[in-house]
Amino acid sequence: MEKLALSDRILMSVEKPARYIGNEVNMIKKDISKVDIRFAMCFPDVYEIGMSYLGIQILYDMFNRREDTYCERVYSPWPDLDKKMREENIPLFTLETQEPVKTCDFLGITIQYEMCYTNILQVIDLSQIPMYAKDRKKGDTIVIGGGPCVYNPEPIADFFDMFYIGEGEISYDALLDLYKEYKYSDMTREDFLIKASQIDGIYVPSLYDVQYNEDGTIKSVKPLYESVPKTVKKVIVNDFNKTTYPMKPVVPYIRATQDRVVLEIMRGCIRGCRFCQAGMIYRPTRQKNVKLLKEYARTMLDNTGYEEISLSSLSSSDYTELQELIEFLMDEMRNNHVNISLPSLRIDAFSLDVMSKVQDVHKVSLTFAPEAGSQRLRNVINKGLTEEDIMNGAREAFKGGWSKVKLYFMLGLPTETDEDAEGIAELAERISEEYYDVLPKEERQGALMITASASYFVPKPFTPFQWAPMMMPEDYLKRAYHVKDTFNKQKNKKRLKFTYHDHEISILEGVFARGDRRLSKVIYDAYKAGAIFDAWTEFFDRDKYIEAFRKNNMDMYFYTAREREVSEVLPWDHIDSGVSKKFLIKEWERAREEKTTPNCRMQCQGCGVASFGGGVCFEAKN
Amino acid sequence: MKLRIKYTKTGVLRFISHLDVMRYFQKAVRRAKLDISYSKGFSPHQLISFAAPMPLGMTSLGEYCDADFESVTDTEDMMRRFNCVSTPDLVITDIVLLPDGAKNSMSVVAASDYLIELSEEGKKCPENFKLFEEALKLSEYENLMILKKTKKSETYTDIKPLIYEMEHRVYNHDYTEYTVPFSNKENTECHEGLYMMLAAGSVNNLKPDLVIEALLSKAGMAYDRFNYKIMRLETYMEDEKGLVPLSSAGQRI
Repeated sequence: MEKLALSDRILMSVEKPARYIGNEVNMIKKDISKVDIRFAMCFPDVYEIGMSYLGIQILYDMFNRREDTYCERVYSPWPDLDKKMREENIPLFTLETQEPVKTCDFLGITIQYEMCYTNILQVIDLSQIPMYAKDRKKGDTIVIGGGPCVYNPEPIADFFDMFYIGEGEISYDALLDLYKEYKYSDMTREDFLIKASQIDGIYVPSLYDVQYNEDGTIKSVKPLYESVPKTVKKVIVNDFNKTTYPMKPVVPYIRATQDRVVLEIMRGCIRGCRFCQAGMIYRPTRQKNVKLLKEYARTMLDNTGYEEISLSSLSSSDYTELQELIEFLMDEMRNNHVNISLPSLRIDAFSLDVMSKVQDVHKVSLTFAPEAGSQRLRNVINKGLTEEDIMNGAREAFKGGWSKVKLYFMLGLPTETDEDAEGIAELAERISEEYYDVLPKEERQGALMITASASYFVPKPFTPFQWAPMMMPEDYLKRAYHVKDTFNKQKNKKRLKFTYHDHEISILEGVFARGDRRLSKVIYDAYKAGAIFDAWTEFFDRDKYIEAFRKNNMDMYFYTAREREVSEVLPWDHIDSGVSKKFLIKEWERAREEKTTPNCRMQCQGCGVASFGGGVCFEAKN
Repeated sequence: MKLRIKYTKTGVLRFISHLDVMRYFQKAVRRAKLDISYSKGFSPHQLISFAAPMPLGMTSLGEYCDADFESVTDTEDMMRRFNCVSTPDLVITDIVLLPDGAKNSMSVVAASDYLIELSEEGKKCPENFKLFEEALKLSEYENLMILKKTKKSETYTDIKPLIYEMEHRVYNHDYTEYTVPFSNKENTECHEGLYMMLAAGSVNNLKPDLVIEALLSKAGMAYDRFNYKIMRLETYMEDEKGLVPLSSAGQRI
């Protein structure tokens, strides 16, 4: 009979017990008495979200190829189970073995967004591992973080033994080998941490001392020992065709957010949008060979039974062999009843043709991401999309039968004025007018609906906007209301819809994105006051954070509302993403001059990532 | 060609809802590369219909679905292909070819039988064995009343006529044979408990929970579902011979 960590009584009393039972198709089974290292891999959010994340599937497969290592999965227990586990003192367990996480050698946490920070504390706490790294001893589980947020991990640095900066495919073997040596010898924990810090991409925060200026900014970040590197440079895969890729991904019993085969076609992005952290930290752009992808697609569909396949990349239209790949998928899959779910494609003749073949145009809406309402502001953010592109795309789409359009915008971008914001409503109006101009009455199918939604811009480390100030809460609201009012003035207002995000969450996200080590106390206190699942609006409680800031005598707007000088020491300056600060400063200046910068394929800007020796930087030279 | 497929739902699958089991089944059919038929349109789906849904928490050896196929091989081959890409908790145990015009499995269900065992938790309290004693007294009762509560009213219903059979049984490890009554042999390989065959389907449907609850209340006890494990053994339809398994509607291929 199967072994489960939770009793039937508990499982049947919580929502979706399938989140906690493991045993899914393609789950890896190993005998724990025959492995040296047990690695608990965690996505600190609910199962359905975590299971949809490709990165864990890649690492799960990669780790489990090592005979001496067993990689097991952990997700955040939903608040209903969280409560029961605390009441009954049940330690958090992995899905594979249903054994406590604290019996594993590593707890690896992927950190995809700032608002999961209290969930990280929840996972460590429920695992019954000492919360602060300084309290852990030899024999305690090593807590390691990875993912985009670790490019500035300072707000959560106190809770982690180490961070992995960059792509997991590179340095884990060295780390696991070192760990084995540590585990089976009398090497001290301190020695192990120092040796780990010498592995490429491994950042051990406890080995760095942070000094502050009187005004609260950072004076210096220095390693405690000579043998510890002054900066930690990210590690990346150079030959993207030679990395491992999971041919047998785990297939959940319950519907995950991403309920399909995911084919990663490209890493990095050539576009250089100035607000976009992914576009900077994943540089240089590297793509997978189309022949390989075809083979992957067939094998993965065979091994999972999924009825849908989707392409993953930051900008699929820039994948040079996209047409061949999509035509293959459509030909191949038509006979096998596989749906193709199309990622963010640039709207043009090709993509519209493809979309009309794989989707019901009357049901599916067309998505544009102009990000800003005016051309001036789109230049500031270096978003290459022009109004002409949008209008041409919309016109073709309307002719093709689409009548639902979604538009994504950001509010609160650097230099944004009320006029820029009004542009959001005006652009939506012009698209609606285009619809009525292009289509005679008898050709209009379904009702036109244009939905514009706005999120608030959050400046992120390692982007040209890392020095930019955010607005105060009341200003965010004012701006959103202003856009709303402008929408109400439009002629076709009944066909236009405008929605906007919660600004309080965005402000906190901004605090954590560019915060420093002193914030760990705030996160800890908010967690202790009951904050978890902050990324979920229904659970987010701003007051818990207000109280935590007050208790620690700290000001959240110090981290958001201040414009930083380019000379200021930033909390993440000892991390090296490969993109030079010089390049970021130049881009920050060009933004304010409203000048655009050509993309990587048009003209190399010398951002610095050519030092990795691969990808788009060398495309022309091959 | 329409096939009727019998499958199990055991082990951790007791925590998977009927809807998710259906989705699981369809993926497994694709992994097994069985040549099932699809509907037309932008989002084609498999032409498959499932019989009586199982409540969460229960296991079953007698689940059924009917599906259209473009081509078939034979029962053994199709079962083998499915089972080697499926979890041991959901395996196909029979496939029959339905004659033209056969009614679908959902509409012909007339009864199901179950084995109620004590759970590990339930065994800890000897009082829970009273269920088995109460069950033996059923034939002495004229009726077995339960209180049915709806939003508007509360009515008493007699469920005794919907209980077709009830006895103690001891099954062997894979539920293929049984003895009546208890063997009194201490054997962990065996499953011993209360067997009951109950009306099922769209006309009269009686859930085993309700029967246990009614029996326990005769003994003055409240029903706690976690004291018992409920497994469905088989699903039945009615033909000229009486109640026969749903798979009797067709022939193995």
